[in-house]
Amino acid sequence: MIEVHPLVIFIASIFTSNMIFSNFLGMCSFIAVSKEIPTAIGLGIAVTAVLTFTTILNYFVYWYIVVPFNLEYLMYIIFILVIAAFVQLLEMVLERYLSSLYYALGIFLPLITVNCAILGVSLFMVSRQYNFIQTVFFAAGSGIGWALAITAMAGIRSRLSEKSIPEGLRGTPITLIITGIMALAFIGFSGMVQIQ
Amino acid sequence: MKLSEIKKIFNKGIFSENPILVQVIGICSALAVTNRMMNSLIMGIALSFVTAFSSFTVSSLKDKTPKHIRMMVQVLIISAYVIIVDIFLKAYMTDMSKALGPYVGLIITNCIIMGRAESFAISNPPIPSFLDGLAAGFGYTLVLLCIATVREILGFGTFFGFAVMPAEFTKWTLMVMPPSAFFILACIMWAANNYRTKKQLKGVEKK
Repeated sequence: MIEVHPLVIFIASIFTSNMIFSNFLGMCSFIAVSKEIPTAIGLGIAVTAVLTFTTILNYFVYWYIVVPFNLEYLMYIIFILVIAAFVQLLEMVLERYLSSLYYALGIFLPLITVNCAILGVSLFMVSRQYNFIQTVFFAAGSGIGWALAITAMAGIRSRLSEKSIPEGLRGTPITLIITGIMALAFIGFSGMVQIQ
Repeated sequence: MKLSEIKKIFNKGIFSENPILVQVIGICSALAVTNRMMNSLIMGIALSFVTAFSSFTVSSLKDKTPKHIRMMVQVLIISAYVIIVDIFLKAYMTDMSKALGPYVGLIITNCIIMGRAESFAISNPPIPSFLDGLAAGFGYTLVLLCIATVREILGFGTFFGFAVMPAEFTKWTLMVMPPSAFFILACIMWAANNYRTKKQLKGVEKK
């Protein structure tokens, strides 16, 4: 196990190893939902919350169920089931007790199950052999980094809608180019901290 | 099944409804593994295999799956096939399995597979669903290989690991880094969009 301070992991997962800009995870919803700032913030918060909790759950499931019973080959099924079950549960709890939040976030919840960032963070947690504290900081940092990226992108895209862009570039292609430029900017942070 | 129908399915999956260029789904892995040709090829084959077989299974089980838990069932079917791919890679191509890392597992959350299952396999018989999944996988592989060609030749000076550029060629470090993947995919999409609008304009003029 590599000894990296949890805070370093936290900062690094927000900036230098950002889920979107360096690992390309969660791109589908990043492109589809980054048209307006309020919805982007809503999805960002939902992803951060779900990501943090499911990664912590998966940490316990991995170290206390998967490893002792030698079930490593079933890891993917177990992780995706935990994520799907957690999202379903969260949806039911929100609907029952916090209906205003449910209506604000409700449409995003089914989208989250198939968000690659959630499963990706759990898999990275396993492949990098993080301990519990590192896992918590890594998950929270990744979620915040994802939320930051989608919010920034929504801000840029809302300004972009009035500009004249070549017809073939409109929509997804221009979003990808902006993402590329933002990724270049985020590479500038890599002198600061580095994991992996 | 008639040959023309098979042709239609493949044409749809590879060109007119290409999962990456037209539907813009499943681009996470398309960007992550494309720095080498070999990685992209293996990833493409793996995804085609999983999409084809999971479409086949979803379609065979469609009468027996209850409506409200069908997503769960689909995810389980997909993960089962992904595990097969993962074990196969670990056993026979250890280097490749290490190079692809967690992206093999992330095939589960690749929206292409779920998309094909939901939009085609759920309402069609097994054999066409199988072909439809295979076609979508080929469309995905094609785009991956296009991106990887540019990135590997300019970034490493090689093509499938063979040196193709002259020795004094300066490697473009940018091409190995993540941003280049975004730029190249954007350019390919731009070209595809222009091609499609041109085709549509021609069609309108003919009418």
